[in-house]
Amino acid sequence: MSGVLSSIFEPGFFSSGPVHAALLTGAVVAAVSGAVGVFTVLRSQSFAGHSLSDLGTLGGSGAFLLGVGPLWGFITAGVVVGGAMDLAGSQRRNSRDVATGIVLGAVLGLSALLLYFDTTSSSTTGVTVTVLFGSLFAVSGFTVPATLAFAGLGLAALALCHRPLLLSSVSGDLAAARGIRVRLLGLVFMIVMGVTVALSSLIVGTILSPALLIGPAATALRLTRRPLAAMGVAAALGAAATWLGILLAYDSYHWPPIGDGWPVSSFVVALIFAAYLLSALRRPGRVLPDNTVNAMTGAV
Amino acid sequence: MFAPFMENTWITASIIAAIAALVGFFVVLRGATFTAHAVPNAAFAGAAGAGLIGVSSLIGLGAFSVGGALLIGVLSRRGRHDAVTALIVALMLGLGALFLSWSTEYAPEIYSLLFGEVLGLSGNDTSLTAILAVACVLILACVYRPLLLSSTLPEVAEARGISAARIDALFLVLVALATTTAVPVVGALLMFSLMIGPPAAARALTKHPAPAMALGVVLALATVWIAIAASYQTNWPIGFFVGVGSAAWYVLARIGAWASSRVRSGHAP
Amino acid sequence: MTTTHPDPASPGAGPVLALDEVSIRLGGRQILDRVAFTLAAGEFTGLIGSNGAGKTTLLRIVMGLRSPDAGTVRVGGQPLARRARQIGYVPQKIQIEPDAPLRARDLVALGLDGERLGPRLPSRTRNRQVQEMLEAVDAARFADERVGTLSGGEQQRVLIAHALIGRPRLLLMDEPLANLDLRSGQEIVELTSRVAKEQGVAVLLSAHDINPLLPVMDKVVYLAEGRAACGTTEQVVRSDVLSELYRHPVSVLRVDGRILVVAGSTVTADVLSPVATPSVAAAVGTGVQA
Repeated sequence: MSGVLSSIFEPGFFSSGPVHAALLTGAVVAAVSGAVGVFTVLRSQSFAGHSLSDLGTLGGSGAFLLGVGPLWGFITAGVVVGGAMDLAGSQRRNSRDVATGIVLGAVLGLSALLLYFDTTSSSTTGVTVTVLFGSLFAVSGFTVPATLAFAGLGLAALALCHRPLLLSSVSGDLAAARGIRVRLLGLVFMIVMGVTVALSSLIVGTILSPALLIGPAATALRLTRRPLAAMGVAAALGAAATWLGILLAYDSYHWPPIGDGWPVSSFVVALIFAAYLLSALRRPGRVLPDNTVNAMTGAV
Repeated sequence: MFAPFMENTWITASIIAAIAALVGFFVVLRGATFTAHAVPNAAFAGAAGAGLIGVSSLIGLGAFSVGGALLIGVLSRRGRHDAVTALIVALMLGLGALFLSWSTEYAPEIYSLLFGEVLGLSGNDTSLTAILAVACVLILACVYRPLLLSSTLPEVAEARGISAARIDALFLVLVALATTTAVPVVGALLMFSLMIGPPAAARALTKHPAPAMALGVVLALATVWIAIAASYQTNWPIGFFVGVGSAAWYVLARIGAWASSRVRSGHAP
Repeated sequence: MTTTHPDPASPGAGPVLALDEVSIRLGGRQILDRVAFTLAAGEFTGLIGSNGAGKTTLLRIVMGLRSPDAGTVRVGGQPLARRARQIGYVPQKIQIEPDAPLRARDLVALGLDGERLGPRLPSRTRNRQVQEMLEAVDAARFADERVGTLSGGEQQRVLIAHALIGRPRLLLMDEPLANLDLRSGQEIVELTSRVAKEQGVAVLLSAHDINPLLPVMDKVVYLAEGRAACGTTEQVVRSDVLSELYRHPVSVLRVDGRILVVAGSTVTADVLSPVATPSVAAAVGTGVQA
């Protein structure tokens, strides 16, 4: 029995400090991402979530230049961009998407430049990987309580607003009729999403953080229609994927081909995707009538 | 920068820009911005994997671009367009990171695959790129009218026997071809701005389809040429110049269009 | 089941459109139930029915975009596959961005050759045809504007030009009046009728209010509860026929040359009874002083 256990959990797993920190922060962040992600999907703001994380790249690379930990860069970017995106309002979908794409291009280009400066100035070659693909095992020191605090704030905001948020996500008019400040709520949610995306960027990096935001949520919504249940399921799925990913990454330290361990974020994303696939098998895909027009306009 | 060894780069870059702008015209017309973003990211895994097994990265790119593009097309017909595509893209990126982590040049390779590399293509690849580009142009020349009609009036086109599903698949293949040619030089993360910026700028400035396409090509060429020259001189990443340059053209074009409409309405009787 | 009334005016040549016992069931409802009617060349036919009555489904079946569960559709005597050239289609709404680089002129030109493969060679003949068509629908003044910036009525004209330039035998229009103001709607109806008569094109125009079509309609196909009644207005738009169609008392009143279709019977003066059943949702024509 112990032989089986020790082959699943490589020696040193439970006593390693970085692993403890990773398990703790990873689970908390993944849980928050899952819960917030449910609302993101319900409000059809997946593209906004995607943009937020890409734009956070600038914050992360900038933070390194300033000698600050990436978390602060991500958080700043998340709050500022989240607020700006909401305040910029929504015009016609197509031109808004094009404008977003243009801004993304410029910001990513700028991030490329900053990352270049990072690598040449401080000769830390791992900055690109850290910002783009996460640094879960490098989380330590003050970052841990800070991350937990932000995650707690996000969860508290959700707990406070989840009923008006749900109503306004389903129908803005219905919510306004009940005196809900729909615009203010939208702004608050954008900022919460910004913070959430920042936190998950810490774990799996900016390019992969949409997976943590949207994946468990989309899976949960396939399994249940009730929002609160979906939030719980999404949080649990996210945390489980993260823990399993951490375990596999730790175990992979001696795996081929080079014996340096496989990246945590790759495992986490693969597991999230696998979970989604499994949930997709459960119910046959909902084929909408007149699919061709939908496919083209991208409407759901 | 005009040394013989840079010749290939200039030629390839011009080809890339032209193809990206031509395909980009339809990307913007069809509102397929997210697809333009997703396909190059998916292709990233192909390039990374190809490098691992010692194959030309163009082949890996090509396979994953086409496969990824068609997969995205099939899935977008079945479920939540954004969520599924985002997950596939993330999976591909994660796979790419995994492949690269197995090589010894992890960080620098990630960087150049994502943000571009001026000397990203070898001599052999230039001819392959040219072939892909010719294929792309031939396809476009062939289906230009049905593609245009289906992109603007999908129902009417369907009534005329133009299958929207088939047009969509063809369009995705075109995006994949453009991606395959451009990613080695411009980078997976920034390639899409070449497909969106110059065409979007061009269409703000002209009302007809054919001139819009031509202008898009001109702007894309300018972007890429400036990017190569600047990157060569400063050593800064080429993706930076492409991303910022495309945005600059777009902003200038919007200002120009707004200004000219003010002038016109100012002089109206 | 369809009630068809004898049509003495049809010309000798075969019908442009012939539906025979077309039925289809969607989402648990019998949308069309053994619908049958014919259209002759040059005839202007209104397809009248309320929302959800199956008008769009019927049009899509005629276009070949949807297969009926039973029954046949023949256009110009031909079955499905070879139809595409013979039918012009004007959709209800189009989604074109205001800054899409496509002028009205370009869109109409695509009506000639939009499905052809290969590059398009410059052609003076084509340009002339496009110009003539644009003038025929009175769209020449905005021919060089972006389609996405045109008003609803202007876009309709361009779409009609696009549909008719290929000289189809049948023109299908899906609720063109739904998003237009009264005056624009009237103009579109008159314009369509005029150009169609010039080209000898049969028109099937769907609407939920019959009144704007009265001046130009040769025949009407009234769709309700999956069943159709077709014939001239006098034959079809009557209390007894419509009551049979709706399986519910319906009264048809004529006021000032306009037609009012309301629920309830005209036994007493209580015609506009407030207890009208919502399912009998026939449009109430208010008409405009000509």
